Amino acid sequence: MRLDLTHIQRWITPGSRVLDLGCGDGEFLQLLQKERQVEGLGLEIDPDNITEAVARGLNIIEQDMDKSLANFPDQSYDTVVMAHALQVLHHPDRVLEEMLRIGRECVVTFPNFAHWLCRLQLGTLGKMPQSEFMPYRWYDTPNIHFCTVKDFESLCEEKGIQILGREMVGNNERKSALASTWPNLFASTAIYRISR
Amino acid sequence: MSLVDENSVGVVTPQIAHFDQPLALACGRELAEYDLVYETYGQLNEHCSNAVLICHALSGHHHAAGYHTLEDKKPGWWDECIGPGKPIDTNRFFVVSLNNLGGCHGSTGPNSIDPETGKPWGPDFPSLRARDWVNSQVRLADLLGIDCWAAVVGGSLGGMQAMRWALMFPERIKHCVVIASAMKLSAQNIAFNEIARQAIVSDPDFDRGYYLNNDAVPAKGLGLARMVGHVTYLSDHAMATKFGRELRTGSFDVGTDDDVVFQVESYLRHQGSQFSEHFDANTYILMTRALDYFDLAREYNDDPVTAFKNAKCSFLVVSFSTDWRFSPERSREIVDALIASNQQVSYAEIEAKEGHDAFLMPIPRYLELFSAYMKRVGESL
Repeated sequence: MRLDLTHIQRWITPGSRVLDLGCGDGEFLQLLQKERQVEGLGLEIDPDNITEAVARGLNIIEQDMDKSLANFPDQSYDTVVMAHALQVLHHPDRVLEEMLRIGRECVVTFPNFAHWLCRLQLGTLGKMPQSEFMPYRWYDTPNIHFCTVKDFESLCEEKGIQILGREMVGNNERKSALASTWPNLFASTAIYRISR
Repeated sequence: MSLVDENSVGVVTPQIAHFDQPLALACGRELAEYDLVYETYGQLNEHCSNAVLICHALSGHHHAAGYHTLEDKKPGWWDECIGPGKPIDTNRFFVVSLNNLGGCHGSTGPNSIDPETGKPWGPDFPSLRARDWVNSQVRLADLLGIDCWAAVVGGSLGGMQAMRWALMFPERIKHCVVIASAMKLSAQNIAFNEIARQAIVSDPDFDRGYYLNNDAVPAKGLGLARMVGHVTYLSDHAMATKFGRELRTGSFDVGTDDDVVFQVESYLRHQGSQFSEHFDANTYILMTRALDYFDLAREYNDDPVTAFKNAKCSFLVVSFSTDWRFSPERSREIVDALIASNQQVSYAEIEAKEGHDAFLMPIPRYLELFSAYMKRVGESL
C-alpha cells in the first residue's frame, strides 16, 4: 500500500461515506471497507480497473470526473478522496470545487513538482523530471497539470479552502523530518485534508 | 447443433405453469387464468437462494439458452451469457426464463383462446404494463419455491421489468441487473414504435386485429414493423461494416438498367419476413405499447430518486456506446437517480460498435464485467 493511502486511511471516520475519485482497481476502497467499514463508492474510467473493482465487490461508476460531478448531491459524502489524480485533470481547480461541494471533507494527494530531484533534473540537466511517481516522458505523459506544495496552498488560499491537515512523504515513500520541515523541497508526495 | 459443447446448457425442455387465480391488471381488467411457458437451467440449491430471473426484451421469449433439439441450428437468444462458465453461470445459479404474459410463444396472449368466447383474444386481449408482468412472475416464483431472487436480470424492455421488480417487491430481489435500458422511452423512441404499429394496422390482412378469425396474418405489416425496429437496434457503423453499399443483384454499369437491390435491403426484407412467420402482430402491438407506457417514476411524483428509495437490492447498470435506441444517457439517468437515493450501484459504459443489439453480443469487456458482477452475486448467496 502506498504511504499516501496509509495516511488517508487514518483520516477516515469508521462507518462514514467515502467517494473515491479515480479509484483505480479499488484496492484502497476495499481496504477502507475492511478496516474502516465505510460505505464506499468509486469513480473510474479505465475499463480493466472497473471490472477489477466490480470483482472486488465494490460499487463503482464509470464516469469522468473531469467532465462533470454534477450528479452527486451537495454534501452527500463524509469524505471525498482523490489520490494522485489532480495532475491528470484538465480542470483541477473546478474538480476541487466540486469535491468540496460533494464532501464535508476532502483528501487530495499529488506528486510535488518542486521536489529537489525534480529541481535538480530541470535545473542542472535541463530536462523534464522523471521519477517513480512521474515515470513518463514529456510527450506521452497523462500528467498535464503538475503543481508544487506552494502552488496548491496558494490555490487553497485564493479559493478560501481550509487546510485541516497535511502530511508530507519524502523519498522512498518514507516519512521524513526533512519533508515535514521543508515540504516544497523534500516532499515527493503531498497529502492534504481540506474543507470549506 | 452437431455436439453440445461444455459451455452450453444443452437440450432444454420448456414447461408450462398454469395459474387459475385471477390476475388483476393495471388497466383495470383481470385475467381469470393464464399460462406461463418457461425454461430453467441449472439446479435450485437447498435454500432456494440461487435463482436468477431473466426478463426478455420486446420480441424475446422463454428460450434464452441451450437447444430444444439436437438438430437446432441456433441456441436460445442469450446463450452468450447463460450457461456453464458464462456470466450467468448455470453451475452456480438456477436460471428461470419465461415468455411474458401477452407473448406469442406459449404464454397466454392475444393468440390464445379467450375462455369466454372460445375464440382467440386477438385485439381484445387486455393491455399490459411491466407491473402486470412482475405480478404474473411473482406467482411463478412462488410455484418454484423462490422467495427471493439472487438477481433479476434484463436488457432493454427486460431491464425495465427488472427495475419494476426492485420497486414492487424489494424483499424478493437481491440484485438487479439493468442492461441497455431506460426509466422511460423518449419521444423519438415512442415514434419508432408508432411507425411499427402503423405498419401492422395498415396491412389489409390485419382486419382490426381479428386476422386469426380469417385464417390470415398481416405478414407484410409485421415484417415492415420489424424492419423499422431492426434498423434502430443497429448502429450506423454496424450496418456500414456488415453491408456497406454492396449489391445483392443488379449493377450500375453504364448501359445496364437492371433492378438494383442493395445487400442491406435484401437483409432487412429477409429479417422482416422471417420475423412475421414467428411472431404475432397483436403481441407486437401489445409489447410496444407496454414499452411506451413504462415510466418508472410516474407513481412516485415523477421523481426517480423517490422511486428508487423503495429498492433494497444492489444494482448493476450497463450501457453501450453506440446504442442510440437506449443510449448511455438513459442509463446514466438511472445511475444518477440511484446515487441520489443512496442505493448500491455500479455502472459501466461498454465501448461497442453494435448499437442496441450489443447487449446480446459476446463483447469481451461486457462479458468480463457481467461475469465479475454475477460472481459476486453468487458469493453473497
